[in-house]
Amino acid sequence: MLARAPGLTAAAWIVAKKDLAIELRTKSAFLSVIVFTLLGLVIFFFAWDSTAVSALDLAPGVLWVTFTFAGLLGLHRSFGAEMQDRAIDGLLVAPIDRESIYLGKAIANAIFVSAVLVIAVPAVALFYNLPLGRAVLALGSVAVLAAIGLVAIGTLFSAMAVNTRMAELLLPMLSLPFFVPIVLTSAQASTQLLAGRPFAEALPWLKILVAFDIVFVVACTVAFPHTLEE
Amino acid sequence: MTSTAVPTPPTGNSFRVPPPSPRLPGAPFLVFDWLFALAVVGVIGAIVRIIFFTPIEATQGAAQKIYYVHVPAALSAYLALIVCAVMSMIYLWLREVRADRMAESAGEVALLFTTAVLITGPLWGKPIWGTWWTWDARLTLTLFLWFVTAAYLVLRGAVDDPIMRARYSAVLAVLAALLIPFIHLSVYLFRTLHPMPIVLKPSEPSLPREMLITFSVSSIAFLFFCAMLMRSRYRLALLRERAGIV
Repeated sequence: MLARAPGLTAAAWIVAKKDLAIELRTKSAFLSVIVFTLLGLVIFFFAWDSTAVSALDLAPGVLWVTFTFAGLLGLHRSFGAEMQDRAIDGLLVAPIDRESIYLGKAIANAIFVSAVLVIAVPAVALFYNLPLGRAVLALGSVAVLAAIGLVAIGTLFSAMAVNTRMAELLLPMLSLPFFVPIVLTSAQASTQLLAGRPFAEALPWLKILVAFDIVFVVACTVAFPHTLEE
Repeated sequence: MTSTAVPTPPTGNSFRVPPPSPRLPGAPFLVFDWLFALAVVGVIGAIVRIIFFTPIEATQGAAQKIYYVHVPAALSAYLALIVCAVMSMIYLWLREVRADRMAESAGEVALLFTTAVLITGPLWGKPIWGTWWTWDARLTLTLFLWFVTAAYLVLRGAVDDPIMRARYSAVLAVLAALLIPFIHLSVYLFRTLHPMPIVLKPSEPSLPREMLITFSVSSIAFLFFCAMLMRSRYRLALLRERAGIV
């Protein structure tokens, strides 16, 4: 996908590096999203009777729901930051393809949510008493696939939502129905893997997730130029 | 603004207000509307036939009669959703303002019929399944169709610029059309309880003749009703544009 044209990829990397540089220098979004994720994991633990539902059954669902909401917080910032002083105009007049703006933003967002997961997965293992090695393997492999789908959808809708009258409300409203297949398949696949079931039992879920990623990365890349002013 | 007697309408890719057309009556109630009459008479006729002239099903009793409303409403919702998605694709392709107006109209009508499906479904489910709601594949899919349609209409309401509104909502509708198979597949794998189709299936319908006639009459009446609503909503959109409320 990325290697379609060298100009596209190179430009996408420049956009991604710009976004990551802003994030590295301010760290504001990352810290708040991390704290939000940890809070979510903790609060969910008290929402269930831990003697009735085993932590092993609870953990994957909690992780994916928390991760989805935390992802939305980070994604909102992606184009929200460009609205300040109309910084987006600078990107639009740059001699690059519109698709590469989307891909660059998506790459930066993917790195952002992956960094959140690097902390969230061990945290969920710690709080829910999961075997760490198996948890990292099971959740980590699913996490990469989930993050791609989440970022593909979220980046596009972030670009749309910032131009509306109620961006904070509209981004979750648009994105969450699209996250349903991601959360459902990720939670099912990681529950199977965490419980030590054979990989073949998680495979149908992972197949749907991979297909979802491919379809929506392509569709959102193609759709993105339509969401920009000409 | 110059004071010429006949201002020339702006042309091009912008949302121009179309000139008054004789096909759009200024006073709609003075003109006999065939589609409106057909839809209203059809729906009333279907309801009369459902209540008085259709046998009561042996195992489910009178509760089964909601079938003649539930499934036609679902078919109408699908029709409206397909119109919305196709018109959105056409809009993105041709940037044709009429396609956007049609997609908007279909979106609103789709929400109405999806709501009808979601209300009649639990009413039928309670006496037959013993539960108002179950996380069955089709129920979940219909619920998410409702969510996406609602989001579509909220999105339209939240964008001021008509061109950006048309583009954003068209992008959402096209992506939603891609989403539906994925939701269906994942929730189907999750669990299913909903009865399989007994009329719209590859083999011959397994419904008694009288019930099949009622079902067909009701479906056709609902589809006409759906088309009538979409057309009325389209005219409303046109009148609003002409009045400058966009």
